[in-house]
Amino acid sequence: MLKMLFAAILLTPALLAGSTAAEHVVGQKNKVFAKAEITVKPGEKVTFRNDDDVTHNVFSTTEGFRFNLKTQAPGTESVQVFDHEGKAEIRCAFHPTMKMTVQVKK
Amino acid sequence: MELRTLQQKRGAGALLNTLALLALASCSPVEGTIAGRDIDARRFVDQYHRPDAIPSPQDNPTSDAAVRLGKTLFFDPRLSAASSMSCANCHYPGFSWGDGNPRAIGDGMKELGRRSPTILNLAWATALFWDGRAETLEEQALGPIQAAGEMNLPLDQMVTRLRSIPGYQPLFLATYADQEITAERVAKAIAAFERTVVSGVAPFDRWVSGDENAISQEAKLGFEVFNTKANCASCHSGWRFTDDSFHDIGTVTSDRGRGALLEDLESIQFAFKTPTLRNADRRGPYMHNGSEATLEKVIELYDLGGRVKRASLSPEMKPLNLSPDEKRALLAFLHTLTSEDAPVEIPVLPR
Repeated sequence: MLKMLFAAILLTPALLAGSTAAEHVVGQKNKVFAKAEITVKPGEKVTFRNDDDVTHNVFSTTEGFRFNLKTQAPGTESVQVFDHEGKAEIRCAFHPTMKMTVQVKK
Repeated sequence: MELRTLQQKRGAGALLNTLALLALASCSPVEGTIAGRDIDARRFVDQYHRPDAIPSPQDNPTSDAAVRLGKTLFFDPRLSAASSMSCANCHYPGFSWGDGNPRAIGDGMKELGRRSPTILNLAWATALFWDGRAETLEEQALGPIQAAGEMNLPLDQMVTRLRSIPGYQPLFLATYADQEITAERVAKAIAAFERTVVSGVAPFDRWVSGDENAISQEAKLGFEVFNTKANCASCHSGWRFTDDSFHDIGTVTSDRGRGALLEDLESIQFAFKTPTLRNADRRGPYMHNGSEATLEKVIELYDLGGRVKRASLSPEMKPLNLSPDEKRALLAFLHTLTSEDAPVEIPVLPR
């Protein structure tokens, strides 16, 4: 319930402002990403949300997209901006079953 | 062959399961009491059922011929520089496909840095080696053969040597479209054989299938503690009792494990792959370096929340405050994961 409220608070300003920037939220549940692939526009943010009861650590070692969101406790979320075109492979440092791709296209 | 065996076992299990459900319908969910506490361990069994069949990748489907070739290669010491050690030296069937040593013994009888992991149940694995540097068995199989410290045989020499053994040609011909011997085909055949190495039905499996008397009350309490207070199942999950994840669990080591592959990630330093717990009581000493001599010591490490507290220590590692009864119960449960397997037939090697 709290998570839903939190999501609603996050979403509301964007809706009120009539922003065209899409909200991208990727859940992490049962040690897999909720989506295997998403497509975003350059500059858009992706929220990685830990819906599991174990800690995750989302990162990418794709050249040009390297990032490390560090340890994410259950119930928390972190945001990553993808600022240029390309394809980023996303992984969890702990769980090799967690693999996804972020396609960044104009 | 192995696939049929699994299906037959599963069929018998389903019948037992049905009988058990009928029995459960007429009694309380509490399965008994031990040390003054009620046990309700069966509520956790859903994720622990054995699978019906062994998976294989589309580009290397398991066939009897591939398994026969792969098994022959696996047991052939000519796959090492000195023709003195085969894959089975470190993955020895008599030791549940490990070697029973704290650390593996490689080329020239030199001790290596890490323990030989079992090859049990790798058909389902999503990461291979203690540090996960291979993602498939095909990718993994050629690693130790050519590693200087291990079998020390460069792949071109391996191929030349195998081509010089006429007895191998019919085995390759039976497996592939022709008798050409390549490193890729060697890897595929070894992987196909390894996929058939599956731990047998253990008392725990019979209990999961509904036989209430297959394991003791103490073991049931252990299984409950495993899934609750001790939180073992957060990584040792599913019927293999591993999710293939990597964590620093506070072992005494200077080996950075997966951290050496991902140097920028603090959380993964000193992290190693979660091993299966199948047949664990036959596979000591434990951890990636044999640093824990017994399962009692392993339980003690977890009870402490790790022996070494580093920045990379997994957030899942916390002191557990297990009682002596709970520790004994965990141990009793771990013993129920061991199957009584038939002896393995060693192939006659081609000349």
